Amino acid sequence: MIEFHLNSRSGVAPYLQLIRQVRQALRLGLLRAGDQLPTVKDVAGSVAVNPNTVLKAYRELEYEGLVAAKPGVGTFVTKTLSDASVAAHQRLSLELSAWIGRAQQAGLDIESIEALFQRAVQSAAREEAV
Amino acid sequence: MTNATAAIDARGLGKRYGHRWALADCTLTIPAGHVAGLVGPNGAGKTTLISLATGMLAPTTGTVEVLGGQPTGGSDQLARVGYVAQDTPTYAGLSVADHLRLGAHLNPRWDAALARRRIEQLGLDPRQKAAELSGGQRAQLALTLALAKRPELLILDEPIASLDPSARREFLQVLMHATAEQGLSVVMSSHLVADLERVSDYLIVLIASRVRIDGEVDGLLATHHLLTGPRREAASLPASQQVITQSHTGRQSTFLVRSSEPVIDPAWTVEEVSLEDLVVAYMGQASAGSPDIRMLEVRR
Repeated sequence: MIEFHLNSRSGVAPYLQLIRQVRQALRLGLLRAGDQLPTVKDVAGSVAVNPNTVLKAYRELEYEGLVAAKPGVGTFVTKTLSDASVAAHQRLSLELSAWIGRAQQAGLDIESIEALFQRAVQSAAREEAV
Repeated sequence: MTNATAAIDARGLGKRYGHRWALADCTLTIPAGHVAGLVGPNGAGKTTLISLATGMLAPTTGTVEVLGGQPTGGSDQLARVGYVAQDTPTYAGLSVADHLRLGAHLNPRWDAALARRRIEQLGLDPRQKAAELSGGQRAQLALTLALAKRPELLILDEPIASLDPSARREFLQVLMHATAEQGLSVVMSSHLVADLERVSDYLIVLIASRVRIDGEVDGLLATHHLLTGPRREAASLPASQQVITQSHTGRQSTFLVRSSEPVIDPAWTVEEVSLEDLVVAYMGQASAGSPDIRMLEVRR
């Protein structure tokens, strides 16, 4: 079973941190189809977080099709994140490293590269939101 | 979670001591089923609001209903509301077991099994006197008594302000577990914003005896944005963006705005705000530099 933790200084909303930890555990194979997630009560009690926050995270995971709630029993993993997505990660990560290499060759320092990257991510997120 | 009625519903509520208003013109509805954080500097009126809601003070103006009833509405009403006073008081000369016996005598819905189980889980010796307990253990004992009376609403006044970080965390763990298990509504005051950040899904900011802002935390966070970009005047922002705070340098402007619409102006770098940023912004807006504000501890 997965054990959650929350980082108060990350600036990431608690429910998102919970979602990301489940997705991460799925990618790493720590959680597989059929595994049960801890109950809302147990998560609330162990990480001292509002039960509604846990519910919200579980609902979002359900919406993404990663878990399913069985009323009165618990919440179960329904999907193991496929190897295809892990493979895509590796390829994208290599491409990104190559791109950073080119940026450095072009004379950009790390901070400028981060600023460029952040701006691109933000404008992509904005387009998605509109 | 258990009740569609508001946990606390105040209309024009005020309390005056001589010439000073401890709470003024307070109109707010805290829905049931939430863990509501009541935050504000010391002396802002948090304890006054709580004392009015628990029927220990009578209002000078206005009305307050708790779970749809009068705070002083007799034993039925008292049984539905649990209350832990500031600094979680206990009876120094009484043992842990005495406290549980007292609770059983005074509360019609007393859950003796729950009380015993919690005392066991906390590892407290029933024979020990309250005076011999640590601050954290005393706070847990007070919380146990409040939970075992099986209230629908639990009101806590600065329950963890005087505890060390680990006792604070343990207190919140037990509180959140019980909230989920018993389907409680909770109203908890604190001058430590960080303590409320994880546990509250509803927020009321009280400054200088007035409610500055209140609402569901998710909604508040989603509608407040921190904008940084080339210098411009507040008047040039769209009408939909209400400026909460602003600061300027020669070339750059920073605004914290409230806007229900997304900010799409590409000139801005838009950042999300934390609950703490938000509370601090409203405090700063209320009265920059007043001594009240400096008493708000922002713990990182």
